Order: sequence, then structure tokens, then C-alpha cells
Amino acid sequence: MTAMQKLLQLPVNAVNMVKTVQSQVQGQEEDKSPVLTPDSGQQAWYSALQPDELRHLRSGGTGGGGGGGGDQEERAPLEEGGGGGGFQTQPLRHDDLKEMLDSNKDSLKLEAMKRIVAMIARGKNASDLFPAVVKNVACKNIEVKKLVYVYLVRYAEEQQDLALLSISTFQRGLKDPNQLIRASALRVLSSIRVTIIVPIMMLAIKEAASDMSPYVRKTAAHAIPKLYSLDPEQKDQLIEVIEKLLADKTTLVAGSVVMAFEEVCPERIDLIHKNYRKLCNLLIDVEEWGQVVIINMLTRYARTQFLNPNINESLLEEGGSGDKTFYGSDEDEDEDEEEKEKKAEAAAMAKRKPYVMDPDHRLLLRNTKPLLQSRNAAVVMAVAQLYFHLAPKAEVGVIAKALVRLLRSHSEVQYVVLQNVATMSIKRRGMFEPYLKSFYIRSTDPTQIKVLKLEVLTNLANETNISTILREFQTYIKSMDKDFVAATIQAIGRCATNISEVRDTCLNGLVQLLSNRDELVVAESVVVIKKLLQMQPEKHSDIIKHMAKLTDNIQVPMARASILWLIGEYCEHVPKIAPDVLRKMAKSFTNEEDIVKLQIINLAAKLYLTNSKQTKLLTQYVLNLAKYDQNYDIRDRARFIRQLIVPTEKSGALSKYAKKLFLALKPAPILESPFKDRDHFQLGSLSHLLNAKAGGYQELPDWPEAAPDPSVRNVEVFTLLERVTTLTSVPEWTKCSSREKRKEKKVEKPFYTDSEGESGPTESADSESDSASGSESSSGSEESGSGSESEESKEASESEEEEEEEEEEQKKKKKKDLKKPVQESESEQSSEEEERKHQRKSKPRKSESESESDEDEESESESSQSESEDSESEAEVKKKKKVQTRTAEPKPPPKPLKKESKKEKKEMSLLDLDDFEPAPSPQVTPVNTFLSNSLVTDLEGLSLSDSVLSPATIAPSSTLKSYELLHRITGEGLSVEYCFSRQPFSPDANMVAVQMQFTNNASSDTKNLHIEDVKLQSGMRVKEFPEIELLPAGETATAVMGIDFCDSTQAANFQLCTHTRKFFVSIQPPVGELMRPVFLTENEFKKEQGQLMGMNEITEKLTLDVKCRNEHAIVQRVTTAANLSRVPCGSDKECRFAGRTVTSGSLVLVTVATKEEGAAQLTVNCEKMVIGTMLVKDILQALTQ
Amino acid sequence: MIHSLFLINHLGDIFLEKHWKSVISRSVCDYFFEAREKAVDPENVPPVLQTPHHYLISIYRGKLFFLSVIQTEVPPLFVIEFLHRVADTFQDYFGGCSESVISDNVVIVYELLEEMLDNGFPLATESNVLKEMIRPPNILRSVVNTLTGGSNVGETLPQGQLSNIPWRRAGVKYTNNEAYFDVTEEIDAIVDKSGTTVSAEIQGVIEACVKLSGMPDLTMSFMNPRLLDDVSFHPCVRFRRWESERILSFIPPDGNFTLMTYHISSQNLVAIPVYVKQSISFFEAGSCGRLDITIGPKQTMGKTVEDLKVTVHMPKAVLNANLTASQGNYTYDFTTKLLVWDIGKLNPQKLPNLRGSLSMQTGVPNPEENPSLNIDLKIQQLAISGLKVSRLDMYGETYKPFKGVKYVTKAGKFQVRT
Repeated sequence: MTAMQKLLQLPVNAVNMVKTVQSQVQGQEEDKSPVLTPDSGQQAWYSALQPDELRHLRSGGTGGGGGGGGDQEERAPLEEGGGGGGFQTQPLRHDDLKEMLDSNKDSLKLEAMKRIVAMIARGKNASDLFPAVVKNVACKNIEVKKLVYVYLVRYAEEQQDLALLSISTFQRGLKDPNQLIRASALRVLSSIRVTIIVPIMMLAIKEAASDMSPYVRKTAAHAIPKLYSLDPEQKDQLIEVIEKLLADKTTLVAGSVVMAFEEVCPERIDLIHKNYRKLCNLLIDVEEWGQVVIINMLTRYARTQFLNPNINESLLEEGGSGDKTFYGSDEDEDEDEEEKEKKAEAAAMAKRKPYVMDPDHRLLLRNTKPLLQSRNAAVVMAVAQLYFHLAPKAEVGVIAKALVRLLRSHSEVQYVVLQNVATMSIKRRGMFEPYLKSFYIRSTDPTQIKVLKLEVLTNLANETNISTILREFQTYIKSMDKDFVAATIQAIGRCATNISEVRDTCLNGLVQLLSNRDELVVAESVVVIKKLLQMQPEKHSDIIKHMAKLTDNIQVPMARASILWLIGEYCEHVPKIAPDVLRKMAKSFTNEEDIVKLQIINLAAKLYLTNSKQTKLLTQYVLNLAKYDQNYDIRDRARFIRQLIVPTEKSGALSKYAKKLFLALKPAPILESPFKDRDHFQLGSLSHLLNAKAGGYQELPDWPEAAPDPSVRNVEVFTLLERVTTLTSVPEWTKCSSREKRKEKKVEKPFYTDSEGESGPTESADSESDSASGSESSSGSEESGSGSESEESKEASESEEEEEEEEEEQKKKKKKDLKKPVQESESEQSSEEEERKHQRKSKPRKSESESESDEDEESESESSQSESEDSESEAEVKKKKKVQTRTAEPKPPPKPLKKESKKEKKEMSLLDLDDFEPAPSPQVTPVNTFLSNSLVTDLEGLSLSDSVLSPATIAPSSTLKSYELLHRITGEGLSVEYCFSRQPFSPDANMVAVQMQFTNNASSDTKNLHIEDVKLQSGMRVKEFPEIELLPAGETATAVMGIDFCDSTQAANFQLCTHTRKFFVSIQPPVGELMRPVFLTENEFKKEQGQLMGMNEITEKLTLDVKCRNEHAIVQRVTTAANLSRVPCGSDKECRFAGRTVTSGSLVLVTVATKEEGAAQLTVNCEKMVIGTMLVKDILQALTQ
Repeated sequence: MIHSLFLINHLGDIFLEKHWKSVISRSVCDYFFEAREKAVDPENVPPVLQTPHHYLISIYRGKLFFLSVIQTEVPPLFVIEFLHRVADTFQDYFGGCSESVISDNVVIVYELLEEMLDNGFPLATESNVLKEMIRPPNILRSVVNTLTGGSNVGETLPQGQLSNIPWRRAGVKYTNNEAYFDVTEEIDAIVDKSGTTVSAEIQGVIEACVKLSGMPDLTMSFMNPRLLDDVSFHPCVRFRRWESERILSFIPPDGNFTLMTYHISSQNLVAIPVYVKQSISFFEAGSCGRLDITIGPKQTMGKTVEDLKVTVHMPKAVLNANLTASQGNYTYDFTTKLLVWDIGKLNPQKLPNLRGSLSMQTGVPNPEENPSLNIDLKIQQLAISGLKVSRLDMYGETYKPFKGVKYVTKAGKFQVRT
């Protein structure tokens, strides 16, 4: 009644006024039907809405005016009933519901809708209410609306025409300023499966895909598969939308769009390339369901794009234990063989191509690993299968623990996990061995779980643990659950076949089981015994004798029959006992069960064929008994056998073959795991579980022979970077949680061209987390400058564009400040920054005057570019980040720069040097003092461009050695020297940068200096330096060219051309230049070194040169000889260095351990043995000369 | 992905169905009923069934089957995990997950299902988000709603859905700010006849009830985090921080949630609180048996063992039990063959004992195996692994919250073989 009263307060006249107008309209409309005829289309719908709305008013008026049209009178009492709550008890007819829906009161509508939804929920048909319900689609009350949506989605398919009426409402909703309404409109619009609106849906999806709100974009992603299932013709257009959404940078969208991708175009793996790294990096922040989908997709992706990390192992031995460290004891025998094999094939192995993991592959493995800690079993399983399918053998082990944890979960989860563990445990037994006890069975487990656990236990059984497992099995055999007992017996049989040591024990145990009362147990035991006997013919007699003795005691007919079969089958092995058994059996023949009788006849026949002398009479006796048996089967059998074996005058041709027929060699039943070879299905998938291909299953592709081009995944990351931090940063206090830091770093990496940027940090993944927080605190406390910086950047990343702009302005201001040459440095921080600025500033100038724009590394050139413009908001942010991350690090020594500048143009460099010369010393030292040694290295792990910073850690930077390319006499006045600048060659990271210095000693100018006719070994590539148009007499010019030496010391031959002449020249790199430094922490170094043992390790004893007995000197000499970076080391007796070869990225680790009196030991670990040996020679020379 | 959902009670009636794509006839459930018939226990129904056109993935929770229909390849765990999440949500909303509760709230259930899945793909499963969109029923609100025609459906998009912390709802306000943590450890063990431990592990869980205003950022540190062998976290926990410092750092969801679970599998760390001396024997002659069980304390760390209970699943042949318990009382249900001995507090001075005879069905051969004993127990104020929370700090907000940590040890799947 309350609602009515409210309505009564309406100005009566107003209502009446409206009422009169409407009752006419209404009358007409309602004649037609509650809603419009379908063919009237959209316009009709608008008019249809009107009466609906009007009716609200009218019935309000009814209450107020107390009168109205005829149909209202009917409605009135109903309404009152409703208001009083009278209908709560009795079920309402559809008519009543219609009335309620037509009412103007939301509460009534809601009540009606609730009832209708309840009907739907129970599966009752409510389709005839469609017209009444659909009218309410525009209802203001959000709950009514939602319930109407529920109804619509359920019945729209059946009433397509009527459903069309609702479309315009949704279309309006799509334009709503409220993102929730936009999203829900799109959701319902795409959920009503009406083919006619496909174009409208398409349009809506396209529009929503570029909506401001990520939530709406997510909904758009969800709508894609809906539309696709409705009309597969739209595929191409939908793929476009997917492509667009894949590029979306928010975590909210990522999961949904990958799901759409999987449903619509899983074969279009090429769409992933550009988004691969982003997906990897976002993964941890995506919601759990999205994570599952993304991980599964990436597994497939990785299988097509990367090389098999276990390729070398699988070449060596099949499926065995590739790495001893992890798999330990399981296959001791194999290992020994393998060892020999290894030595024998050492030469062959040297030839085979070493495997280097693609950094992107590593990225995936690294970023999925933390998800093993997810609370969601599906996520854990997804990561587990990813590791199983993609990780190098040594790393797969990490998943075992997480999977074992899942065994505590709901029994359904256990069921699925155990199935997968069963498959895994066949291939990688060692992985689960430590968790053997977690698979022990409790009497309370459901049978299906018990059987699966048994399967796993059986797979895990080996010589060392078999006794424990068998003891467990013994308790299981006593279980009440007979299916389980049968499975246990089979398991014992399998253990016995696999592990020869326990075969006898198992057999004895099984023989005892033959006396079990349970037929199932006996039958199972006999089958298993049979199998075991067939495997070891030489031992038959003992057990068969034993079993023959059992015939006296065992009463279970099935068991007796089985024993008799065995004796018959192997009667040759027990020639004395068999006839005796037959004698006993003949005696008791009449009292035996039918199956036993049949086997007695069988036994008699076999004995007659092998030993007719002794058994002829017995056989005839038995056959005679059988002839008069009550059972016709037995009579038949007796007659048949008699004809077959007893030679008579008219015996048929068959009797000749009687022996063959009866005593054919029976194949042993195979006892092997039902989970064998199931791993060709992607683990964790439905298909794997069912061991059959499910609809829509995407095959897991085989590894490619050769890796496809990794550069397809390269992306410009300016924009990405900023977004990513938005998502990961947590809007609070100190913690720019280590996660965020990682993100930043990771995302920036790809920027520096593919392999180079990635590989360094890849190796130092573990230490980074520490360092991130560490750097955080230190920068916060000591370096106010950086503190504020980072805060700002955080803010910026969190906030929307406006703030960013604001911040940009600040930044610009700062820049201006900094540009002033002398600045009161409030802190070291800012002075450092300043110095950076100066460096940057100097760059453009240099590059203007000279032709070597690429001689310095990326960041510099990038920032110089960005400085020249002003609208580069993202670049700004990025740059700032870089500053921020670098601040805590030691500075790269300015030496290379200095040298160049000195050489090249004195006037200018002087000025520059003044600017930054004093800076380095006070900076390097403080950092080192207040940060612990390990922290420094950790920070280095964080660095963005290892190679640039590397010289910093090599305490005294080495001077670059120059080589002569062209002597001035042969060059007719032109002399050319080259040196390896040890800078990354920015156009192509796989190339070694060679800096050339041309000096024109002639009296005339040299023109058009360029390279021609490059002759290279296969695989090598050269990036020529830009042509030097003019080299005036007496002048000098420098240029940088890049050469990809393919990690070999083969010379690159080419012609150096001037406008008049050509000179044949060649550049041969010292092996030390074929690498670039990487940063490793001590632990990583040790870990990596541990993996590069054996042939990959070369050790040489040496006596150090007298001048080279302190650490400093050693470091200097080694770093001069090879482009390596120093790895921190706890002991001062050892110096360690690390680097990667430029082309393949193989790790090169060098250790120099010093002893008394200049004795030392040099160790080089490198996958590339040739490089290793050459490097040893070079370093040896450097240290001993 | 998930095509349809059917809720089936233990009698085999479908009492709720929901379709996210086109409607699938409920006759598809016949395959399930067939499998249900075959399996003696509802627990033994295979969770994944294959039918000619569909795949059925089901879970069994609270005497109900949640049966989902799948048409194409999907990770089965994905579906299973989701179904459990649905059941958890019902539990959370209605305080239970039974047929009657669901039928009473069918509309909210339907609204929830609609929000949780879109076209078969999970949309919002975070309880904090759902509660903002669909308010859980309570008496006051339902009264108000009937009077005003108000609704249970939120009108705005939950903030969490868009933020980077989707698990927390926005604008939380409490007058009393409090955070409680329950560290519960369950011992899973198998002890064999002779009393030696065959296997033992600890399953720990930290349940939290956090009612803090604003956006608190909590850190929890442990005295001995190295104990924790394997952990899994609520998504709110910052994983890197744990990796590097072994500190749990998180912005909690509002209300109750499971902060982390952990697993201690190394056997030597697991203390077994009680020992059991038992002898159960069945005699050939006279068709009867004897039973004698004594329980005593073993490694209880000086705490009292409470709520001690022994459950024995007797072989079918046992008709009745005629026993005397020195402490507590016992019941024997001869239909389910379940002997339950409820002891209560364990008194170390006077060990509880249960002895007497079992009467057996005549003419049936003696059971050859002895039933195993399942032990339930509880030890308050103790985490048996020795795990201790050392600090709980809050940042980001200024008020001083009330903090509390409680420890309980329970027996999980603690089984003594006989």
C-alpha cells in the first residue's frame, strides 16, 4: 500500500490530463498485442515504448483517480492483492505475472521478475511471457532491468522477432556515460543469439574495443566469441578486433582477449608475436582465470617459436636422466653408460650446435614461475604443464612441490592433478620421488583417487624405494575395497616386471594371494603371476611346483582353474609333477566346478600331446568322465578334444596340428601404465584427461628444427612501459614493490634490441627482488633527489594523462635547471643526474660534427633525440626512469668518450671534459661505501643496459687496442686503424662494433670512402659504415661498422674503396672481442658454472707475470684481453669474469684463482669449446707475458 | 567454456539450471545419473564424463552436485576450480550451500551466476567485487527492500574491478578496526600397526578476518619463516617481497579470506600428538570379535588435546558392538558400520580406553583385514610446526587497529592402521 500512497501524492489533474491523451493511444496499441509486431522494426519499437511508459502513468492515475479504462479495472484488484503480499504463497498463473509486469510499480515488477527467474532456474518454460517481459527492458530499476536481461538472454533465441524490440535500448545503453551500463548493454546485446543483429553486434564490438574504459573493452573481448559462434562468417573482422585488443596494455583486458583469440583464431599465432613480451610481463597481474588461458596459449606459442631446451640430452640418450644433479639416483646404470658415451662422443658433440635459450623463452619461464604459488589450482596446473612442456629438464622439478600441494585440495582437484602427475611421473620420475609419501593411500580416499595414487606409486618405484612401496602395497591388499585391491595386485605385477630384483619377492607374495577368499583378488593374482612366469621361463618350475602343491588347499575355483592352466601351459618344465596333478584332478573331477573341469580337460589334452606315455590312460579317463558330464559345454569340449588329439583312422587334417594348436607360444599380457604416452596431449587439458581428442583441442606443436626469427617479437616499448607500471604500482608508501621494479626493467629490455638486453638480467633474476627493495630503501634515505624522482614517476604512472603532463612540465623545468653548466648540487644524486645531462648534451653536438651517430649506445642516442623534440611525453618518463635506476649505480667511466674526443677534436672536448671530469670519482666511491658489495652487484642486475655500464665494474677501464687495417704506404697516403670499441652496435646487437679511424696523410683529398665487395664466411654479416664523402688532406675521420663474426675468429674480408682506388683489407677479431660483458651475481655465476662443467670447462695452470700479481692487475689484463665484466667474489684469491658471445649469447665464464708465489689457475667455462680454448690461450698470454 | 550448470541434489533431482550459451536440454544429465548409479559413493563419481556431444564436469559439495556442461576443450581444473568458487560464494553469501538455501535465494543465486560467468568465461569471482554488485541478503535489508521496492543490485561498477587491487572494495569504513588471523594447522599422518609413522605432513592455513577502514597495507612477519616449505597465497600477497624477505606484504580484501596456505612435508618436523594402542580381532569361532583401544599423549608440547574422537569404519560383517568406554561415549551405527568414540579432553593421568566385544554376522567368513582408525583432535594455542607470527604492521592508514593471532592444531587425515 505504501507505494500506492506515494502515487496518490501525484497531482491528480496532471495525471488525469495525461491519462486522457493516452487512453486513446493505448487502446490502439493494445489491440495489436502487448508489444509491436516484429516487422515494424525499430521505429515501431520506439512507439511501443511509449505506451509502456504511459501505462505507468496511467495506472498511477488509476490509483489516484480511482477510475480508468476497462482493462484497468481488472488490474486493480490484482495490484491490491500484490501490495498486501497475498500472492506470496499461491503460485501465480502466467496471466497474473503479466499483469504484475504491466503494473507501474517497480516492486511488483521486481516480484514478478523474481518469480519468472525462479521458474527459469527450475527449468520451467516461461517463454510465453516474453512480450510482457521485454517491455520492461528499459525499466529504470536496475534490478528489474538485470532480471529482464537474464530472461532475454535465456529466451531471445526462441523469440527472435520479439527480441529485436529490445535492441534499441541496448544501442542507447552503449552510448551511456556510465561504463557499467555501456558494458552491460554490450554484454546482453552480444548474448542474445539473434542472427539478424550480427551487423549491429559487430559495430558495437568495434566501438567498444576502443572504449575509454578498460572494463568495456574487456566486455568487448568477451563479446567476440559470442558473435563468432553466432556467425563464423565474421571471422576476419573479428580477428581485426582481436588484434587491436591484443595490443591493449591493461591486465583487465589481457585474459579476456586471449580467450577470444583461443576461440576464434587459435591458429593465428602470428598475432601474438608483438604482444608476447607484454603478455609475459603482465601475466602476474592478470586475474586468475585469464592467467590460465594465457599460459596455455603461450605454451603453444613457445612450442612454435623456440628450440627444444632438451635437444642435446635427447640426442644423447632417450628420455633418460639428462642432468645428474637433479635426477640423482633413479637411473644409475644408465648414467654410467651415459658417461662413457659422453666421453666417446666428445668429438661428435663438439660439432653439434650448442643450445642457447632464447631470452624470450627464459622470460616466459621466469614470469610464470611465481604463479606456482597461486591459490588457484587451475593456474598452478597451467604453470606445471608449461614447465613440463617447455622447461629444460633441470628446471622442471620446481613444479613437483606445487602439484603435491594440490593433493590436499578437493577430491575432484586431486583426481585431475593425479592424472597429470601420473603422466609426468612416467617421463620424469625423479621429479616426484622426494614426495613419494604424499602419494600413500588412506582408507578414506575415494576409490578413483586410490587407483590413481597407486598408479603414481607404481611409476615411481625403483630399486631403492621398492621395498617401502611393496610394504605399502601389502597393507593395501588387505583393504575392504576390492577394486582397489585388484588394482594393487596389478601394480605389484608391474613393479615386478620393471624391477628384476624384486620379481621373486613379488611372485611369492602373489602366490600367497592365490589363497585369498576373494575371487577378484585371486583372478588378478593369477593373471599377474602368469605374466611374470612368461617373462622368466627358466624359473618356471619352482613356482609352478609350488602352485601345484597349492591345488590341494585352494578352493576358489577360479584360482584352481588358473593353476591348472599354468601347469598345462608349462608342463614341459614340470614333467614329473604335471601328470600327478592330473591324476589328482581326475580323482576329484566330478566334484569340481565347471571352469575347473574345463581346465582339467585342457591340462589332460596338453599332457597327452607332450607326454602321452604316462598320461594316455588318465586322459582317456578324464575325457570319458567329461563325456557324461551334466554340463554340455564340458561334453562339447571333451568331444572336440578327443577328436583332435586321439589319432583315429578317420581323424581329420587338424589332428596333425594339435600340438601347435594347444602349445602355441602365448604372448604375455602387457602390463604397462595406461598413462604411457599420454603426454602427447597437452597436460592439464581435457583431452589429456580423457585420453581422446576433445572438440576444439589445439595440438601441442612439436619443437621447430630451427628457431624462427626472434626479432618478430621486438616492439617499441615507449608507451607500454608507462602503462605497465600503472598497473603494477600500488598506490602507497615506500613500496614500489619489487614487482614493479622488475616490470620496469623487463619492459625496457626489449627496447635495446632482442637478445642483448634480455640475457643479462635473465640470469640474475633471483637477486633482483632483493635489490629492488634494497635500492628502494637506500635511495630513499640517502639520495633525496632520487627519492623524489621515483615518487614522481610513480605518481605519473598511476595517474591519468593530465597528471602526466603536469609532471612533464616539472621535468622540463628541471631540465632547464640542469642545463645550466654550474649547479649547486643539493645532493650527489642531482649532480650525477646533471652529469648525465651533460653527457647527453655533448652527444648531439658530436654527432652533428661527425658522421658517427651510432657509435654510442642506445640510451644516449635516444635521449638526444628526445631532447631535440618537446612532445615526447613517454620518452620523458622513460628517460627519467632510467636516470632513476641508474642513480644508484656506479658510473661508467668516461674514458672511452674522453679518448675519442681528445683524439678527434680537442677544442670541444676540453670544454666537455671540464664539465664532467670531476664527477666520477666522488660518485663511484660513495656508492661503494654505503652499499654493500652484493647490493651493488644486485643493482647492476637491475641495470638497463649492462654493456654500457660494464666498464664501471671493471675497475680500471682498459685502453682499447688499435690494429692496423691499412698502412699508409700501401694505402697511398691513406692509413686506417681499427679498434673494437666494445660498445654494443646499436643497429644490430649481434654485431661487433669496429671503430675505424681514417687518416689522410696524402697531400690530396680522399673522397667517397666506402666498403665494397665484402667476402664473408657463411653466416657472417657486415653492416658498413656510411660513406665518408670527403676526407681532406691531413685530416682524420672515424666511422663505426658492425660485423657479425658468428662467434668465430674468421676474418671479414672486404675492399676499402676511395674515389680512385680499392684496397683489399681484412679484419680478424681476437677472440676476446667476440663477447660482451654480462652481469652475474656470485651465486648465479656459480650456478651457471655448475652447468658448464665437463667438456665445457677448460682449466690451465699458470705462473703470473711478476707485474701482474695483484688483483687490480689481473683484472686489468683479463679485461683488456677479453670484453668481459667482473663478477663480484667473496674471496680475494679469485677473480671472476662473465660475458656472452655476441652472436649466440653463449655464456663465457672466466675464473682466475691465485695461489702463492704467482701460481694461478685459469678456468674458462664456455659452451662453445672453440671459443673457450682460444680464450684460454689469449688470457694466458695476457697474464704471463 | 562452461556452457551450462545444473545443480543436482543427492536424490538426483535437478533443482536449478543455468545456461550461459544456448540452452542444453537437461536430458544430458542422464549420463551423469548413470555414472552416479554405478559409483557406490557419491564421491566416487568421476568428475569428468564424456558423452557423445558434451563433456560433463562435476563437483560434489555439501551433498549437492554442481554439474557443468562443456562442449569444447577446456582445462578441467579450470572448471572444477570455478565450480568450487561458485560453491564458496554461495557459502559466503548464504552461510551454507544446501538445496534449501539455494532454492530460497534462487534469484540472488541467478544474479550471482550471471555476474560470475559471461559466455562461459569467468568474469567476477572475487567476493569483494561481487558483494558490491549484488548485496548479500540479510534480514534488515530484505525488510527494507520489500517496503521500498529497493533492490539488492548495486548500481555502480565496483571500484575493485578497475583498480589494480580487484580484491578490495572501495570506501571501507569501520568504527572498530580489527584484524584477526587464525593459524590453523592440520596434521595428515598415517601411523602403522606398530605405531611407527608411515607418513606425516602438516597442512597449514592462515585465515584472516580483516575489518580495517581505508586502504591498509599490512605486513606480517614470522619468527621462523624457513619452516614453510611450500606456500600458496591469496592474490593480494606480494610475491617478490616474500621471495626476498620472507615477509607477507599485502593490501587485504575486506572481510574473511584465506591469506595463505602452506605445506610442511618433511616428516621429521611433524610432531604426532597422540599414540594409539589398539587391538581389534575377529574370532573364527563364535562369530564375535574383540576391540581394545587406548589413546595416550605423545608430543603435545605441553598443551592439552581436546575434542578427541576416534572413528572406525567397521567391516560389513560386524553387526553390533558391546563396548565400555572409560571416558566419553561411543555410538555404533550398524547401517553405515561406523563406530564413533567421542572422548573429549585427553587426560594424561588416566588414559581413555574403549574395550569390549563385537558381535558378528554368523555364517559369513571373518573379515581378513582390520579397519583403520581415524583420529580427530584439536590443540588450542599451538601451531604444531612451531610457526609463530612475530609482527603485524600496518601502513597507509593512521588509526591503530586491534590485532590478534590465534593458533590451532587439528588432526587432518590422521589415520592409524590396524
